[in-house]
Amino acid sequence: MSFKAPRILPALTVVTLAAGFILVFYFAPNDADQGFIQKIFYLHVPLAVCALVGFMVAAVQAVLHLRSGDPGWDARSYVSIHISVILGVAVLITGSIWARASWGKWFVWDEPTLVSFLIVFLLYCTYYPLRYAIEDRERQARYASVFAITAGAFVPLNFIAVRLAETLVHPRVFATAEGGLTPKMTLTFLVCLVGMALLWQTLVRFELAAKSTRARLGRLRRALEGDEVAAGGSRIAPVPREAPGAG
Amino acid sequence: MNMESALEPSTAAGTHRGPEAVIALTGVRRDYGERPVVSDVSIELAAGQTLTVLGPNGAGKTTVLRILATLLRPSAGGVTVLGARLPREAWKARGRIGYLGHQPLLYRELTVRENLGLNARLHGIERPEARIEELIGRAGLARRGGELVRNLSAGMLQRAAICRALLHEPELLLLDEPRSHLDPAAGVIVDELLGPEPGRSRVLVTHAVEAGLAEADQVLLLRADGIVAHAGPAAALSPGDARAVYGGAVR
Amino acid sequence: MSAFRAILAKDLRTELRTLESVPAMALFAATTFVLFRFGLDRTALEGSLAAGVLLATVLFAAILAINRVFVAEREQGGFDVIRLAPVDGTSLFAAKVCVLAIYLLALELIAVPVFAILFAVGAAGLAPLAAVLVLADFGLATVGALVSSIAVNSRARDLIAPLLLLPLLVPVMIAAAGAAEPLLAAGGPAYGEFGQWMAILALYDLVFVAVGYAVYDFLLED
Repeated sequence: MSFKAPRILPALTVVTLAAGFILVFYFAPNDADQGFIQKIFYLHVPLAVCALVGFMVAAVQAVLHLRSGDPGWDARSYVSIHISVILGVAVLITGSIWARASWGKWFVWDEPTLVSFLIVFLLYCTYYPLRYAIEDRERQARYASVFAITAGAFVPLNFIAVRLAETLVHPRVFATAEGGLTPKMTLTFLVCLVGMALLWQTLVRFELAAKSTRARLGRLRRALEGDEVAAGGSRIAPVPREAPGAG
Repeated sequence: MNMESALEPSTAAGTHRGPEAVIALTGVRRDYGERPVVSDVSIELAAGQTLTVLGPNGAGKTTVLRILATLLRPSAGGVTVLGARLPREAWKARGRIGYLGHQPLLYRELTVRENLGLNARLHGIERPEARIEELIGRAGLARRGGELVRNLSAGMLQRAAICRALLHEPELLLLDEPRSHLDPAAGVIVDELLGPEPGRSRVLVTHAVEAGLAEADQVLLLRADGIVAHAGPAAALSPGDARAVYGGAVR
Repeated sequence: MSAFRAILAKDLRTELRTLESVPAMALFAATTFVLFRFGLDRTALEGSLAAGVLLATVLFAAILAINRVFVAEREQGGFDVIRLAPVDGTSLFAAKVCVLAIYLLALELIAVPVFAILFAVGAAGLAPLAAVLVLADFGLATVGALVSSIAVNSRARDLIAPLLLLPLLVPVMIAAAGAAEPLLAAGGPAYGEFGQWMAILALYDLVFVAVGYAVYDFLLED
């Protein structure tokens, strides 16, 4: 199992994101209600969509890992979750900025999507302590896959429950741009969404390549030192000791 | 697992790998973290025979036994037990193996009878009461059947565990130091229960080198680092060679 | 089926003999109610506060049971016993879900009347509240059994289990509280949204039973 660094993908990502940036600032009109600050929507929502889709992708990769036993799928699942969690931090930060600018508070419990996302984020944060708490590599990967599948099933349930709670208890405060997107805004949004998805994929590919290389390096180093090499071990998930898996 | 396809079984031990081989290990390795516990274990056992596994502490004897019991999967190599290729076909072998490990595998808050009853139901034995009473009687536990496992002495616990392992009349017995905690009288009872029988093959892990060799048809001798020192007929191995593997002050 | 019944019987028999889980949960619940009385500085509760206090207490008592539910299997080799037998690992999962659900129902049989008395809660809403609790208990039990199986083989298992559980149980809390709040309202129970919340609880239970069945054998390997 080895992963190569992407070549074309980063260039494509930069181009798309640059295009999105230009569109956001020079093309998309200011929102009637919220003014300029609404533009953070073009960053916040694509980040959130990509993070959530990333979690679902990780769940599918976990299923493939369990069915095939191939550690490559576990590596992909691990990295998918990792990048999505990082995007998740950005979602919460941009969401806070938006909330602060709109309502003067750093966090609003009235906005169901933000609350749901916080819960999902907290759940996926527990992925790391879980992996680090299991020493046996194969079992760690298996249990992590089970977790990824469980959490993936959880995400839609969570959004349904929270949304129902908010609509029944509080009226939707956020008459968001979802309702009233002009064609220009839609185009801008789509470009940003595609750019963010490309960014996600680029980051995933780079991280996989980096881990794979580091693992291979560790293996070579140990072979040089004359240690017995566990030839079959090709896992790049974290272990409690500082011992990278073989590539 | 992708590793299995990479290694095709070969007749490494040179013995006839006919359909009666109840156990066939080829190039089996099991890792713990980065290091192998046992490596390149290849041996076969024909039906009705006894395989004795010898080696110092930490050599990986228990690991080999647990792999045979389908409780651990090998990191590399091929394992076939009772015609089932592990780990994919483990379900074929389950219920036909009797495993006696270091733990008695009995629930402490249940009585001996309740534990055996639970195991009987898990193994799908209908109306197990007669079988349970027979085994308890033969193991010398007839008066202790209603005792909570928590209150048993080590020797009684070991005998109860043996009853558990034998309950479903397995074709293959995997025994990890079966005589531990037993006084000589109990040892005689247990030898009778666990001895060779037609239609039953045995794998015996023991520290008693001479006794183990005497009973063995095949021997697997492991060194302290998990490397195989001997894997084949017992006749080809002398007790002196066997004991050499244990190191220490051997004259 | 026979394996499921055998394991369930074993656990219930053990609990009746040792009384390790349910009395501890009940005592914990009673003490927590007292804490809430002083923390909130209220002697009577209704509506959302009543629902919140009751459900939060049940949740934390559930964590006590969930942490313990596989300890015997781990320490006395129960996982090996199951894996050596020609049975499906999911029998173990189903049995443990039922065990946890039974413990929670037993807890609530004690805790809900105590709660009603301590906080002067009207009795009219208690019967439909029982229905809410039954569905919530199955959700708690299913996710609890799943998470406990994951945690029992890891280090720091007493920490990992609650860490994984709490986010996963948020929809159960939301739905159960949503259904319970109007039942415990000051003016008597209201049923406007009852059906919707119960549907969410049922959906949650179904999804996680399905997930548990699908993945459980992978948790038992090795």
